Amino acid sequence: MSVFNQSRSKVIRIIFLVAFIFIIAQLFYLQIIDGRHRQLAAMDNAVFAKVDYPERGIIFDRKGRAILNNTIIYDLMVTPSEIKGIDTLDFCQLMGITIEEFIQRVNDARFKNGPVRPSIFKGLLTKDIQARFEENSWKYPGFNLVERPLRTYPFNAAAHILGYIREADARDIERSGNFYKQGDYIGKTGLESYYEDVLMGQRGVQYMIKDNKNRLVGHYENGSFDTASIAGRGLKTSIDIELQQLAEKLMSNKVGGLVAIDPKTGGILAMVSGPNYDPNDLTGPDGSKNYSKLVLDVTGPMLNRAIGGRYEPGSTFKPLGALVALDEGVITPSYGYPCGGRYTLCGHGKPACTHSGGGHAANVRLSIANSCNAYYAHVYRLAVDNPKYRNVKLGYLKWKEYMNAFGLGVKLGLDLPNENKGNIPDTSVYNKENNGRWTSCTNLTLGIGQDKMLTTPLQMANAMCIVANRGYYFTPHFVDKIDGETDDDSTLLNKFRKRHNVFTQISDTAYTAVIEGMNDVVKFGTARVAQIPGIDVCAKTGTAENYTILDGRRIKLPNNSMFVCFAPKENPKIAIAVFVQNAGFGSTWAGPISRILLEKYINDTLMKKSEADLERISKANLMPAYFKRVQYKEDSIRAYKWFKTTKDSAYIKKYLRAMNSPVKEVPGRMPIPMKKVTETAIIIPVEKYFRKPVVQKVS
Amino acid sequence: MKQQNPALSKGIDWSLIWIYLLLVAVGLTAIFAATYKEGDAIIQTFLGFKTDYSKQFFFFLTGAVIAFFILLTDSKFFSATANLWYAIGIFLLLIVFPFHSKIKGTESIIKMGAFNFQPAEFCKIFVSLALAKYLSRPETDFTRIRSQMIATGIALLPAALTILQSETGLALVYFSFFIVMYREGLPSIILLIGFAVAALIVATIIIDPNTLAIILTTIAALIIYIFRRQIKRNKAILMRIVLFWVLCVGIQRFAVPYIFENILQKHQIERIYDLFGKDNPYVEKDNTLTKAESKKKKESGSSYNVRQSKIAIGSGRVFGKGFLNATQTRYDFVPEQRTDFIFCTVGEGFGFVGSIILLGLYLIMLFRIVTIAERQRSTFSRCYAYGVAGVFFFHIAINIGMTVGLAPVIGIPLPFISYGGTSLLTFTILLFILIRLDADRQMVLR
Repeated sequence: MSVFNQSRSKVIRIIFLVAFIFIIAQLFYLQIIDGRHRQLAAMDNAVFAKVDYPERGIIFDRKGRAILNNTIIYDLMVTPSEIKGIDTLDFCQLMGITIEEFIQRVNDARFKNGPVRPSIFKGLLTKDIQARFEENSWKYPGFNLVERPLRTYPFNAAAHILGYIREADARDIERSGNFYKQGDYIGKTGLESYYEDVLMGQRGVQYMIKDNKNRLVGHYENGSFDTASIAGRGLKTSIDIELQQLAEKLMSNKVGGLVAIDPKTGGILAMVSGPNYDPNDLTGPDGSKNYSKLVLDVTGPMLNRAIGGRYEPGSTFKPLGALVALDEGVITPSYGYPCGGRYTLCGHGKPACTHSGGGHAANVRLSIANSCNAYYAHVYRLAVDNPKYRNVKLGYLKWKEYMNAFGLGVKLGLDLPNENKGNIPDTSVYNKENNGRWTSCTNLTLGIGQDKMLTTPLQMANAMCIVANRGYYFTPHFVDKIDGETDDDSTLLNKFRKRHNVFTQISDTAYTAVIEGMNDVVKFGTARVAQIPGIDVCAKTGTAENYTILDGRRIKLPNNSMFVCFAPKENPKIAIAVFVQNAGFGSTWAGPISRILLEKYINDTLMKKSEADLERISKANLMPAYFKRVQYKEDSIRAYKWFKTTKDSAYIKKYLRAMNSPVKEVPGRMPIPMKKVTETAIIIPVEKYFRKPVVQKVS
Repeated sequence: MKQQNPALSKGIDWSLIWIYLLLVAVGLTAIFAATYKEGDAIIQTFLGFKTDYSKQFFFFLTGAVIAFFILLTDSKFFSATANLWYAIGIFLLLIVFPFHSKIKGTESIIKMGAFNFQPAEFCKIFVSLALAKYLSRPETDFTRIRSQMIATGIALLPAALTILQSETGLALVYFSFFIVMYREGLPSIILLIGFAVAALIVATIIIDPNTLAIILTTIAALIIYIFRRQIKRNKAILMRIVLFWVLCVGIQRFAVPYIFENILQKHQIERIYDLFGKDNPYVEKDNTLTKAESKKKKESGSSYNVRQSKIAIGSGRVFGKGFLNATQTRYDFVPEQRTDFIFCTVGEGFGFVGSIILLGLYLIMLFRIVTIAERQRSTFSRCYAYGVAGVFFFHIAINIGMTVGLAPVIGIPLPFISYGGTSLLTFTILLFILIRLDADRQMVLR
């Protein structure tokens, strides 16, 4: 029998061999043909690129004080598998949460990172909770504190200038070509945004080996591929933080903008936008809450009105009007206009003038000192109708060229994002409005800073620099120096180091006429409030009417108060432009504000009178009342939308109650909101910050 | 039977012993690579028998002592007591039912103090002996169907008991005894039918049932057309073809679904379908799960093991990442890697070259056993040798096959390499009884 079947041993050997050949073929495929993919997959499994975040750069003021610094706050981390035998109730009381919340958060952590990896239990602890936890931390295994760097503003000032950082959103990530990742911080506004590349430094990467539960167990290849992070570099700015703080105090509870520039360098000394906010509100534990509050506030505390607010310059424009005409050669410093109280050459007797007769516009100097409207309307016409340019349109284009050279109607290009260019209209605008037939009388009031002319406070402050410097300016900027300046940084900063010459024809005497005129305004004219003993101040006031449309009615609001100035007359050190919305005459609010700042910057002390003014102004609340009504409307509309999408009536109820109560007609110019609505800004989640609510189907 | 020392080594096949020692060494290295954590005090833990590699070393020492005693034993002892051992084996398998301990997913283990004892493993030895004994009886005529049935019964009785202990993988091992029976004269047609049925089952899994039915019908029609002349002369051929067709379609349409629905467990069905890369149709689709969730669920299942195992082996490339540099196996991405998936450690650490060397060692061992089998003068020794070859072959092929994605994941160990005392002892005893029998090949045992 055995002999009979001996050949079958060969068959058995062949079966063995075939099975092994199959396995070897599969191994050949896995390891040699397709090995590259699997190698990558194994790398992906086991190697984790741990990003090392550098410290962000520090921002200093002109005297080297850190005005934007880094500090450390703590996140409470939880490792779910290590929580054993803790007194949950005690812990919840310590943290100020309910037990359900506790369970929810631990489960979330477990779901997100697994039970053996730490995940955030509560981010950004308040100092109070952190201290309480540290005392008792031994009682709570599985919980520990992790340091987290945080931006801090030691002077609580310059919110609009410095800006803030937030987690990069989808757009930032896309724009950066995926350089930023979810959860990375990025400068959103202000210097934080403009100098993002300098401030953020260079990230480092550590390649770590992780195991199947995502625990990091060591360095990959002993760290030979790792790179160290490089800390962000510091910025030295021209800001005078004390001046900035003072300016912010003066502008509190006011709407408007304020800019102070050093004319010799173009360095911005202070810049305030009202209403303002404390930059520290946006960092730390309550940051998100405060952020949404600020975003929803209709008064626009997040808007930087110093570079983004558009205002008619009004009379403050007049010195520039004079300079243009002088440069064009259409007038001389001794040119006079016989103003009789109104401008009559266009036939409609407008604009009117506050003075009449007495030769109050007998030459340039007097015209500025007396702020003669007729004189400047006429000078504008002379410049535009200059026979050199054949017709009014070409003349106007030349005039607009001057304006743009001043920095009006164009972006100056300072080192902040979101600068507004104001408005100097193009000829096409007038062509369209007047069917192509118009004369210098059509836009006559451009000569006195009205019509369609709109400027930002920054542009007017810069214009003052041109006057103070007698014809040139440096692009306004904050950053003078970057620590360890590289070639890239130099190209960034070089545009702030270039001198722009605006005028070519004007003689020194002509400048003197304008400057003396502005000095006279302080000495004898409307800006007497800006007099400072021992300092020759040159200034110009301005007042502009303005209107708003509320509930379908056009309402006249109090005038905007404007003030531009520079000092000292010889060798000027500071130029200021102050715009206060709806405050009244230029000399009542904007004037004293400017004077206090001049004193502070030049003398470093304040007079008795100024101390009193400081007290009065900083306490005054000039917020226009109509904002309350606008806020009410915005909030109720949002509440209604929220109700419609979520059927959550929690927010809308307040407004329904108010709607049911009879609305009384309130006498007076200002509509006053429904009675007893004290919440000025009710925080209703804005849809974009939240995931779309799930609409339940009702069958 | 006492023998003098020089006589002990006389006739012993040293090549098998060397291969055995080499494989155990490879196994210890692989277990060390898979379980060693940076900073472990090697010597201390080794002496303390706290780590897996030191435990395995202890098992090896135990095995060596047992092997020594086996070599001292008279070879007649094995044939004489074969049936007794078989009875003991069946008895042990039976007492598992009331006394098994609660260990994850199996009912086949008895806990005895610190040791887990799995009779189903040891039973392979007893069946090898008993089958050899039965086939070598002078009165057995293996050409008779009755003898073939009895032999099959001897081999598959423990398998049936093992299945009842939810150890399907171990039970399948007993099918390897068909190699012995084949060698002893089991008609080839039975093996062919076995292959055909296997092919049909695979086809059932891969191809849509209706399409497969159409294919089978078409094949039957073609055969009828080709043999139409013969059929005219002999209607019985037609009957046979039709009967065959009915059988095939029956298996495909009814038998396979019945087995899947009623006999196999969920995870086993899943593993089989994973092997062919198909979605399991026997699971009710949970429509509430999103795509990502169901993907995640799938990844955490047994296909995860195979995927990670393939990544581990593939990432070794030609020469491997080197000892202790294998990330997949060192950081626990491959589950069960010291036991069933130990081959990954070799594949990742030593690459294609290392894998080929290991496979080569195994192939040499198998061929050597076949050679030894064929040089036996006694039927008992030869049958036993083929039994050993079959068991080893089945373990090696299925275990490595499942790590590289060629076989379904059934938890059976890799001989001499996988961590585990019972399996190492079982394989050692199997091999050394063979060496002992071979040493006495001049004697006629019958």
